[in-house]
Amino acid sequence: MGSTTYRDALRKALAEGMTADPNVVLIGEEVGRYGGAYGVTKGLIDEFGSERVIDTPISEPSIVGAAVGAAMSGLRPVAELMYVDFIGMTMDQLANQAAKIRYMFGGQIGVPMILRTQGGTGRSAGAQHSQSLEAYIMHTPGLRLAMPATVSDAYHLLRQSLVQPDPVVFIEHKALYATTGELDYQTPLAPWGKAHVPRQGDDLVIVTYSRQLHHALSAADTLGTEGINATIIDLRTLNPLDIDTIRLHVERCGRAMVVSEGVMTAGVAAELSARISEECFDFLEDPVVRVAGEDIPISVSPLLEANSVPTPGLIADAARMMLS
Amino acid sequence: MVSPTNSQLAAHYAMMRRIRTFEERVGELFVRGQSAGSMLHLSIGEEAAAVGVGSNMREGDTFTTHHRGHGVFLARGADPRLMMAEIAGKETGYCSGKGGSMHIADMNLGHLGANAIVGGGIPSVVGAGLSARHKKSDSVSVAFFGDGATGQGVLYESMNMAALWRLPVLFVCINNQYGMGTRIDNATAAPDLHKRAAPFGLEGANVDGGDVEAVSEIAGNMISNARAGKPGFLVVDCYRFYGHARMDKSPYRDDTEEAEGRLRDPVIRARQMLISRGEMDDDSLDELDQNIAAEMDATIAFAEEAREPQLDSIFKDVYDPTTPPPESVRGRLARVLGQTL
Repeated sequence: MGSTTYRDALRKALAEGMTADPNVVLIGEEVGRYGGAYGVTKGLIDEFGSERVIDTPISEPSIVGAAVGAAMSGLRPVAELMYVDFIGMTMDQLANQAAKIRYMFGGQIGVPMILRTQGGTGRSAGAQHSQSLEAYIMHTPGLRLAMPATVSDAYHLLRQSLVQPDPVVFIEHKALYATTGELDYQTPLAPWGKAHVPRQGDDLVIVTYSRQLHHALSAADTLGTEGINATIIDLRTLNPLDIDTIRLHVERCGRAMVVSEGVMTAGVAAELSARISEECFDFLEDPVVRVAGEDIPISVSPLLEANSVPTPGLIADAARMMLS
Repeated sequence: MVSPTNSQLAAHYAMMRRIRTFEERVGELFVRGQSAGSMLHLSIGEEAAAVGVGSNMREGDTFTTHHRGHGVFLARGADPRLMMAEIAGKETGYCSGKGGSMHIADMNLGHLGANAIVGGGIPSVVGAGLSARHKKSDSVSVAFFGDGATGQGVLYESMNMAALWRLPVLFVCINNQYGMGTRIDNATAAPDLHKRAAPFGLEGANVDGGDVEAVSEIAGNMISNARAGKPGFLVVDCYRFYGHARMDKSPYRDDTEEAEGRLRDPVIRARQMLISRGEMDDDSLDELDQNIAAEMDATIAFAEEAREPQLDSIFKDVYDPTTPPPESVRGRLARVLGQTL
């Protein structure tokens, strides 16, 4: 137990994973000498050497493709994609190769690789470095998808990802790297594939993940002072999706809001909303509402950027409207 | 297949004849309506590339192929019955009927997969090369692809990485002159493809794909070099005798070109060489061909009689079998609506 940052928790998970399994190798742009664009892999090349922490040319398709081939031949590669915005570059290797190999080849072999990347707003990084593209991954059968919101999950979800038999896309949030929190190295918030419920209330359920967890918790604090008590569900992984925990709380509360930084249309929030509506229809007092990213690109202007994605104020307003 | 002599050329001939006859039977399977779809890409005319390179690989080596990869897989020891069953979409096939002609693979033979994305399998050999080095094995990994893939950026990324990291990797471009209906000189202003190796620091060479001995000799050298950490890029020049896929009658090329292209026949040439050297005669070659024909005829019957996949296998192997399979649409509907469909 101790206080640490999201960034350091990730590094600790990588280092311990590499120590535990000699077949774990890191591969990506600037993961070695530079230490990672966001400093996550800093110092790992000194500890594990350049054979296991492999700096690459700027060649995203072949970084992911090499990870696929390495995973099929006995390694457990952790490829790093500097920004999730670059995932279009890699989509063939990810969606046509990694995701489908087990199935296409009749179960002969899996692809136990991780694609670590980061996304989201918060650094005025502009339209090509600020997106939340998890829907692309969730839409692809065969890929697991982990999105840590907390320091604990930065560590534990990554350790859990490092023993998965299938490819895991692990999307960090760029605005969370410097956040601090308590980290109990022995005890994860939940097992792999299970949601965590950091706050319980009886009036509505807010289902969220990644940085929006913190916005939802902030909104819930405000709402609590007004007598509106929200349950907050941090999904932790979008594939597997813990629909049981969602159903348990929505059936109890009768109202559900989904909060996601990804754009609204055909996004993760749309899928979650549909699932809740189908599964919990008889228990719902109101339509399931989505509070999601606007259907626009992200601006460099901090003012426009911050208003392109859900804010604690918007989440609180939505809850008030539901309960008014 | 028993060969009357122990000569390497005789062995090459037998394997090339097996590939050709197998692919002729693939065409027959299609005509009989027994193939799963028409996505069947024949490598007739390109057998020397598969055999010349494949015969220089050994157990423990790995490879990926393009969508025209039947020949390479056979040259690496595939069982043609299991291949034909897979092409027919049957449960007994190499991939339980889920892969078919374009996604065939066999981990036991080092086949990391055929690919229906042009160039899609190329970076896998970079990863396999990294694995070989990490595990201190002396295995080599070979990417087989067509000239069409030389238009894909991922090829050059992977060539660069292999050279940079001195990986035990060989890139083999089977230049059959066509990417679907587009001839190579309509796809690039620089059709001397092997010259693309040097700028990346790779050893580059091209060889006449009509001459299996020439292919074998140069591939042997390049694979040895790759094993020693000197990766290479080999272009095998040949001609695609037939259309892109079964339905393609090649209206985009003229008969004269096709007739001339088919003169570059590695199977006929090997046969003539065996005779002229006195290693085999017409009778012994005919007998060999007949035995191969019988072997390949049997693959059709095998595929036709092979089991269909069980319907419930449809949700199998999306994820590791220790984890729950995806819920079916039907199952979800029944659960949500509280009824049995």
